[in-house]
Amino acid sequence: MTGTDVLVEVRDLKVHFPIKRGVLFDRTIGHVKAVDGVDLRIPRGQTYGLVGESGCGKSTLGRALLQLTPPTTGEVNFDGVELTTLPAGKLRAMRRRMQMIFQDPMSSLDPRQNVESILTEGLHTHGIGGNRDERRKIIAETLDKVGLPRWALSRYPHEFSGGQRQRIGIARALVLGPELIVADEPVSALDVSIQAQVINLLDELQDSLGLTYLVIAHDLAVVRHISDIVGVMYLGGLVEEAPSDRLYTEPLHPYTRALMSAVPVPDPDVEDRRERILLAGDLPSPANPPSGCRFHTRCPWAQPTRCADERPVLREVGESRVACHFAEQIASGELRPHQVQVQIVRPEGEGEEPDVVSAPSEPGSFV
Amino acid sequence: MALLEVDDLSVTFARRGQRAVRAVDGVSFSVDAGEVVGLVGESGCGKSVTSLAIMGLLPKQPGLRVGGKAVFDGSDLLQLDDRSRRDIRGRDIAMIFQDPLSSLNPVIPIGLQVTEVLTRHRGMRGDAAAKEAAQLLDRVGIPDPKRRLKEYPHQLSGGMRQRALIAMAVACQPRLLIADEPTTALDVTIQAQILELLKDLVRDSGTALVMITHDLGVVAGMCDSINVLYGGRVVETARRRPLFREPRHPYTVGLLGSVPRLDAGRGERLNPIPGSVRDLLPWPDGCAFAPRCTRRVDACVGEPPQLVLAHDGRSYRCVNPAPVPGLRPTEEIRETVPGEAEPGTVPAQAVPGDAPAVPGLGPAPSEEETP
Repeated sequence: MTGTDVLVEVRDLKVHFPIKRGVLFDRTIGHVKAVDGVDLRIPRGQTYGLVGESGCGKSTLGRALLQLTPPTTGEVNFDGVELTTLPAGKLRAMRRRMQMIFQDPMSSLDPRQNVESILTEGLHTHGIGGNRDERRKIIAETLDKVGLPRWALSRYPHEFSGGQRQRIGIARALVLGPELIVADEPVSALDVSIQAQVINLLDELQDSLGLTYLVIAHDLAVVRHISDIVGVMYLGGLVEEAPSDRLYTEPLHPYTRALMSAVPVPDPDVEDRRERILLAGDLPSPANPPSGCRFHTRCPWAQPTRCADERPVLREVGESRVACHFAEQIASGELRPHQVQVQIVRPEGEGEEPDVVSAPSEPGSFV
Repeated sequence: MALLEVDDLSVTFARRGQRAVRAVDGVSFSVDAGEVVGLVGESGCGKSVTSLAIMGLLPKQPGLRVGGKAVFDGSDLLQLDDRSRRDIRGRDIAMIFQDPLSSLNPVIPIGLQVTEVLTRHRGMRGDAAAKEAAQLLDRVGIPDPKRRLKEYPHQLSGGMRQRALIAMAVACQPRLLIADEPTTALDVTIQAQILELLKDLVRDSGTALVMITHDLGVVAGMCDSINVLYGGRVVETARRRPLFREPRHPYTVGLLGSVPRLDAGRGERLNPIPGSVRDLLPWPDGCAFAPRCTRRVDACVGEPPQLVLAHDGRSYRCVNPAPVPGLRPTEEIRETVPGEAEPGTVPAQAVPGDAPAVPGLGPAPSEEETP
């Protein structure tokens, strides 16, 4: 990946959220390590796909990249400008060049603003278009790009279907002429037939406008479809990064393998033939991540040495970067998977052990 | 005789001052013992309402009308009174819902919620019930079940909650299990665990399973036969392999074409279905899918398309189905069933107050078209 024109470079980015407790004094009793040391580069004009399960920190990473959530430490370099140390005014001006598309088109659009007002707001803020007519022209062009009719301007978000609302969200991002678009789960709230329309639209826009995307999604098939490079996240860190095709044909990290094998494919022949790698248990709490390799508690290939006490760093294996001590041995079949005991995991913020419950002893007597 | 025989089921919600919504409009399917049947469709196609109607869980309100038959083991579920329905529910037919957190009671420990079923239907009490509950939790793969029994739903993770819900559903070894989007709220790795668990339960106990989902991938791996729903009607029924290999109804073709696949290359264009689920024609005026259909012909509008029964239990509701290589259109048809529809109602997906799409106007939408 060296030598290509890099638009965004992220170095050792960390976002830690404090866990507070106490009535009078807010004591910080720990941190949720949502993003814990991520390095990545997004080449100009390409799509970087970020996948992972809920709670792995992929959305936080996207927001931290745009400085919507201030990073704890680390650097975010956008086209040669360091964003983390940029004063607020300059950062705002930079935001014109990096926009975001949100997951739920209904809650990310103001129900009391009509489409014209939604689209003009950004133009006003950044002083684009001298007068009303010029702004109208820009907006009309943007509507054409996303395939919305002109009469949409005077309508309100509730008058549109889900797919059309997402098009409004895309138009809002596009109207400022950005270079980078961070799309956080852009299609997961949409029906299957509408998903395809929006995915195609994102593809076309990239071709015609030369946009760079960071697409965050939990659906591997969607990410595979639109990304050039895919990064897989687990518990706040990247575990593998590879060109899209390579990641899918030769996943190296055990977690990537398990993810791939878990995605259902709409083809009975494929479904019947394939081997599933079933992961035991759930994602551990990011407030108290396992030592060493974060994945070793669920990893079917975990070894008694190194995995539990040494955190693997991303290293290059072929064209991929992978954070696993034993990636080569697993790929060659030298190491075999074994059974994993399920470890109980509590939902976030519920770290304490359950007390003895003062439940009525007779079933049914609680009514 | 099938275990569950749903015949011409219809559910209508009357609304004051508006046209009645026909959420389910003559749905028929059957489930044999030990069989896994899928109901597939997008939001608003009536798949969940179908399951709620069969279970008798629809809210009793003046505007509700349920018609047709749902014969389970010789008795029509829709005609039963509440008392005998409650006897069947949980014992012979059980249901698993989509969101485990909102279908578990947050202020009652898991154990009590599981033993409640055992007490009601199997008359177990005290230690015996607790022991059985622990065994059930163990069976669905919850570690340390004795301690889990005393915990509340919020103390379990999403996957564990869904497992607890499944434990409650299988507590009385029901003969029929209805799973309404059982994995939609879960991550893929957890989804794989739950699907594997359901498969094991079906295989080990011979329980029949009705799987309601929008995910064609889930269906491809689980179901023996599949019903595709659109606008409240079954538009295509087929066994698993024929459906994916040779889909006949244009909607099924469109659904399969619009799903990005893990084993396809980067940048292959998807073939979305033009328009949105709200662009539909009420069934009495023709085929509900006609406004979005790329194979639309003049015969699609005017009257509802007949149900065409083909070989191998296949059927589809289309006058111009997608061709199958090596098969002349007239050869396969065995019988047709005229599609009747009640005038004056609209399917659930239609926008209330919107004028229906003008039928018969304009050429069929091309695949490039966007709304």
